[in-house]
Amino acid sequence: MSATLVSVRESRPARFWDSTNGQKIVMGITGAILFVFVIAHLLGNLQVFLGPEALNAYGRFLRGVPEILWIVRIVLLAAVILHIWSSIKLGRRKLRARPIGYSRKENIASTYASRTMYWSGPIILAFVIYHLLHLTAGIVHPGFDFVEGDVYHNVVASFQVWYVSAWYIFSMVLLGFHVRHGAWSMFQSVGINHARHTSILKNAAAVVAVLLVLGYVSIPLGILLGLVK
Amino acid sequence: MRLTLKIWRQQTRSASGKFVTYSVDNVNSDMSMLECLDVLNEQLIENGDDPVAFEHDCREGICGSCGFMINGIAHGPLPATTVCQLTMRHFRDGQELVLEPWRAKAFPLIKDLVVDRRSFDRIIAAGGYISVSTGSAPDGNAILVPKESADRAMDAAACIGCGACVAACPNASAALFTGAKIAHLGILPQGKPERDIRAIRMVTQMNAEGFGGCTNIGECIGVCPKEIPLEVIAAMNRDYFRGSWRERDNVVTTLRPFTEWSTGSKLKVDPHSGN
Repeated sequence: MSATLVSVRESRPARFWDSTNGQKIVMGITGAILFVFVIAHLLGNLQVFLGPEALNAYGRFLRGVPEILWIVRIVLLAAVILHIWSSIKLGRRKLRARPIGYSRKENIASTYASRTMYWSGPIILAFVIYHLLHLTAGIVHPGFDFVEGDVYHNVVASFQVWYVSAWYIFSMVLLGFHVRHGAWSMFQSVGINHARHTSILKNAAAVVAVLLVLGYVSIPLGILLGLVK
Repeated sequence: MRLTLKIWRQQTRSASGKFVTYSVDNVNSDMSMLECLDVLNEQLIENGDDPVAFEHDCREGICGSCGFMINGIAHGPLPATTVCQLTMRHFRDGQELVLEPWRAKAFPLIKDLVVDRRSFDRIIAAGGYISVSTGSAPDGNAILVPKESADRAMDAAACIGCGACVAACPNASAALFTGAKIAHLGILPQGKPERDIRAIRMVTQMNAEGFGGCTNIGECIGVCPKEIPLEVIAAMNRDYFRGSWRERDNVVTTLRPFTEWSTGSKLKVDPHSGN
């Protein structure tokens, strides 16, 4: 017989935020915000192929209205913090949920990308911190002189350093893996799954992930190959 | 055929366990995995050794009692099959099989390959039912159920609660089980009135049990003997999201996870003593 000890009621918001399902909903919604950002950021960055005028004008446009810039930054920062918060909560639960591991365990139905989200995520975070110090703040810029406002010069000069490009390419491949699982998983987390449509969504997530990686990687490769000077 | 079985032996929950390797020579290829263990146990009993404890009941794949890991896959390599229905012809002569119990904090080990799955019972007790009025039988076709809804509900209701989903999940999450129970009731008109509170109660109990969180990896559907679709987890998330938003002041209580056994006796009998 199971004992039927009844605990006191918890308050509603606490229950939502404490539940794995609530945390996944938070992760899905913040992930969607960050997904939109990486798409928009890529479209902006690809203007490097249009030459210095276009990219520098785009840079000035983004900083045109400081109030809007800061609202966007705060929304993104909040999304990043909540995304990490929910992953830490779920990760700690995962560690506690199986105290004795298997001597042998096969994965038969999952993607490599889905199983390595706890690895790709922190590495992307490390990259984002570096990336902000590198090209936004201009504090860490090995091998070139950072010129405030000359976005084109900063991008081209920095990616001519091979190890900066290598780190960038590596991180973008991991971002692709992260998006490959995340872009369909966020729908599942908020409760959208349909026998016919979800398989299309999974394929679309894979295609978007590949396009995203190709798009981002084309910039350092283009510079290293001398196509963009 | 001849098989080498490497089996996890553990006398009690608190005892330390280890793998013990047995050789079974007279395995008929038409035997099920459990019958193969029966043959091994007869050998062990004849030699005066302790037989391997494993859970079983119907042996026709519908009760949900049996289940363990075979070479790292819950219920073994054949899809949509419980270990009682897994015949030995699917293995090679001379193959080594590693048998290991489900491993999860919410499934504490009882002995050898047997784990305590009462956490599933508590999730069902939290809301896996519909409330009906007793009295005279209701008119048979008073509530219309579309064929498609009936089929989807039946697909979800096929869950036998064996625990393979938890065992296969890298997070040890019970999302597929709980989702199946929430979906099979929530799809039908009879389950609709309690849809919100059912999801909240069952999810709250699931989270109180020490299972991990679902990260939509999908290992569970690969091992599910009843091929429950991942869609039921989305149904759970949707009902929980909806219920949490619409809820006003429902009192939600949880049953405290309880892993000891009551013997029903005032004598201090320790069921974990192994005798």
